Amino acid sequence: MKSDITFGQYVGGDSLIHRLDPRVKILIALVYIVVIFLAKSVTAFALLTAAAAVFVLMTGIPPRLFFRAMRPLIFIIVFTAVINIFFMRGEHLLFEFHFIRVYREGIVNAFLIVLRILLLIVATSVFMTYTTTPLALTDALEQLLNPLKKLHVPVHEFSMMMTIALRFIPTLIDETQKIINAQTARGADFTSGGLLKRGRALIPILIPLFISAFRRADELATAMECRCYTGGEGRTRMNSLKSEPKDWVFFSTILLLGAAVVCLNLFFPVAAVKL
Amino acid sequence: MNPIIKAENLSFSYPGDEESKPVKALRGVSFEIPEGSFTAILGHNGSGKSTLAKLLCMVNLPDSGRLWVAGREITAPDATERDILEARRDVGMVFQNPDNQIVATIVEEDVAFGCENLGIPPAEIRERVDAALAAVGMSEYARKQTYNLSGGQKQRVAIAGTIAMNRRCVIFDESTAMLDPMGRREVMDIIAKLNREQGVTVLLITHHMNEAAAADRIIVMNQGQIYLDGSPREVFGKPAAMWAAGLDVPQTTELAYKLRQKGLDVPLYLFDAESCAEAVAEAVRRRSGKSAGGGKTGS
Amino acid sequence: MNAIELKNVTFTYGKHMPGAVPALDDVSIQVKSGGITGLIGHTGSGKSTLVQMLNGLLKPDSGTVLLDGIDIWAEPKKIREVRFKAGLVMQYPEYQLFAETAAEDIAFGPRNMGLEGEELDRRVREAARFAGLSEEILGKSPFDLSGGQKRRVALAGVIAMSPKILILDEPAAGLDPEGRRDILGGVKRFSRESGTTVLIVSHSMEDMAMYCDDVIVMAHAKILMHRPTAEVFSRAEELAAVGLDVPLITRVAAALRKNGVDIGLDVYTVDYAADKILGML
Repeated sequence: MKSDITFGQYVGGDSLIHRLDPRVKILIALVYIVVIFLAKSVTAFALLTAAAAVFVLMTGIPPRLFFRAMRPLIFIIVFTAVINIFFMRGEHLLFEFHFIRVYREGIVNAFLIVLRILLLIVATSVFMTYTTTPLALTDALEQLLNPLKKLHVPVHEFSMMMTIALRFIPTLIDETQKIINAQTARGADFTSGGLLKRGRALIPILIPLFISAFRRADELATAMECRCYTGGEGRTRMNSLKSEPKDWVFFSTILLLGAAVVCLNLFFPVAAVKL
Repeated sequence: MNPIIKAENLSFSYPGDEESKPVKALRGVSFEIPEGSFTAILGHNGSGKSTLAKLLCMVNLPDSGRLWVAGREITAPDATERDILEARRDVGMVFQNPDNQIVATIVEEDVAFGCENLGIPPAEIRERVDAALAAVGMSEYARKQTYNLSGGQKQRVAIAGTIAMNRRCVIFDESTAMLDPMGRREVMDIIAKLNREQGVTVLLITHHMNEAAAADRIIVMNQGQIYLDGSPREVFGKPAAMWAAGLDVPQTTELAYKLRQKGLDVPLYLFDAESCAEAVAEAVRRRSGKSAGGGKTGS
Repeated sequence: MNAIELKNVTFTYGKHMPGAVPALDDVSIQVKSGGITGLIGHTGSGKSTLVQMLNGLLKPDSGTVLLDGIDIWAEPKKIREVRFKAGLVMQYPEYQLFAETAAEDIAFGPRNMGLEGEELDRRVREAARFAGLSEEILGKSPFDLSGGQKRRVALAGVIAMSPKILILDEPAAGLDPEGRRDILGGVKRFSRESGTTVLIVSHSMEDMAMYCDDVIVMAHAKILMHRPTAEVFSRAEELAAVGLDVPLITRVAAALRKNGVDIGLDVYTVDYAADKILGML
């Protein structure tokens, strides 16, 4: 059965952020991430968190989806927090039990690091994965990395590989299901037995799948050749990305945000550890 | 008129390995394809017709013989990659498996792929893509994902890709083989339109005799050689020869053949139900008129 | 007894999704033992879903599937046995081949049933014979064979399981006329000699006409008709209305009637048509 498979976690929409030039979105995300790491004072963090909340609301995507994006990283978040709380030494001892010592610095630091991670996740979701299709991201990356071509970095080839991978993933998922069905119909059993037996049971699926993938790759290469594909040189694009004033207005806002964070660091240095 | 494709004594073998000998797939094939014509190529699996297609779109080069494509001799000693590339601007191919020739995730981007490779300015690509999608009746799918299309729709996207490149000749390598009857009809209609209205030369490689009957000319391949070459009327006029080569003829021809053996005069070359029925009815009336003095015979 | 019986089977893919449409809608059929039944329908009519119902790859949302009078989901744990009973040859089955030799590949199914030694060997050889595969081909790697041969190896792989019911999804798709005759002829021989019930899913009305005793027509997730082959083809207009093609010869018969030569509408083979016409002289 065919279903509308979307990759990454693209959530459709028509908000201002959805409509920004993907190249500018990548730049914005980068600047925002740098700013997150620049932030030192509590006021700066408060500003960044408020900004993140505004961006989330601007996308029109339900906030619970952003929490969902955090779920896979929950282990790392908890782990970082625990390490900081129990192993960071400071001046203000809060709690002691045998060899466990918890300092105030540890707790504050843990809180800020977790906040940083959460802000990072929100930033990449808002500007990249949730509001930009993987295809647009690939195109944008190719164009942003264009200058590297002078250094003989195969930027176009990487981007073409990405495009083709995105195109073929659903086809191969379909194909895998068909092969599984076919072998199941011949009595193959994938669910019982030990690890070795289960591993062996995969052979009748993997071999046909690989052969089919190679055959497809071969046919696709021939088809591309027949369509005059000779690599990136001399190629044009139908949809060349165009940035509009709104893109640069938005970008400037982010730069201002960065400037504000630096100012807050300098002039309101309510350093976290002093709380 | 100048032929868009001219083949002189083409031969080709697939290299063998330790276990198998080289396979001679083509043995001295010569023909000319006039520009604007509609030719069907028939032959059972292994007759050499797909090998021929691969030579014509320059995926493989012949072992011997000479080949001209769109006015350039591909087999000339001084021919370069550049000549092949130039020839490919004029001659394209639509393959059997719709899934394995679509490059892009979005319909219009796939149609644009060939034009982008040619380095055409973006605004012109946009015009050509829109026109090509309209020509195959897929305009409303322009922004849709290619993955979700039916087989017939995917082949129409592939055809749009060659239309957008303004190609003079398109080779269809069993492009309808994996489609259902509905998809096959869609694609055949568009192929006929492409030839009739835009003057594109069509080479249709197929297993379906009914599709071949729609062409101006049929070339039948057998054992790496041209076995029959003529109009559908001439080729299907020799049903026994077709059966001997492991092929079929349209059912109307088969019926006429069986009736003719019993002395009923029905032409072999009527390929649609209406005209065949008229001819049969006429012959039956003439015969019963002679023997029974007219009147309808009950069944 | 009916080899296959479906009672009020309904099935919807992703039934919890909003706007999901049933792929099978209250479908009931009965297929007698020992014959060759055709199943036709436009793409998306539900025929592939029906096929996957029959050997337990899919489970009905409601209704029962009976093979030889036994409800296949009576004991869900024994569904693997059902798969041996109802052998399924999927579309383009040559893409499922994986073993080192054709013989090894054919042996995959019976081996999964627990067979070995002489019995396994006998099964493989017999299946190869039905599929028209020579001794020499059995020793080759399946990947070195021609398209038609690969297809027949895949067919033999299912026949070797000695299923009571053999189900084929588009067995002749993409083959040339000779390849079609080879594979469908093999299926027919197998059915006649072993008494196995066969269900052929196909788009090709010509093939249905040549090989099937009766035909089930599906449209829009329902059964449109289930009649002897001749009768189905005499209802050409109904078939056309659901996007199906009748053989050219059937349309010739219809046109003949309009031209005052009535050989009936239940015409679906050239030989029959020729005999009828000649019989009127």
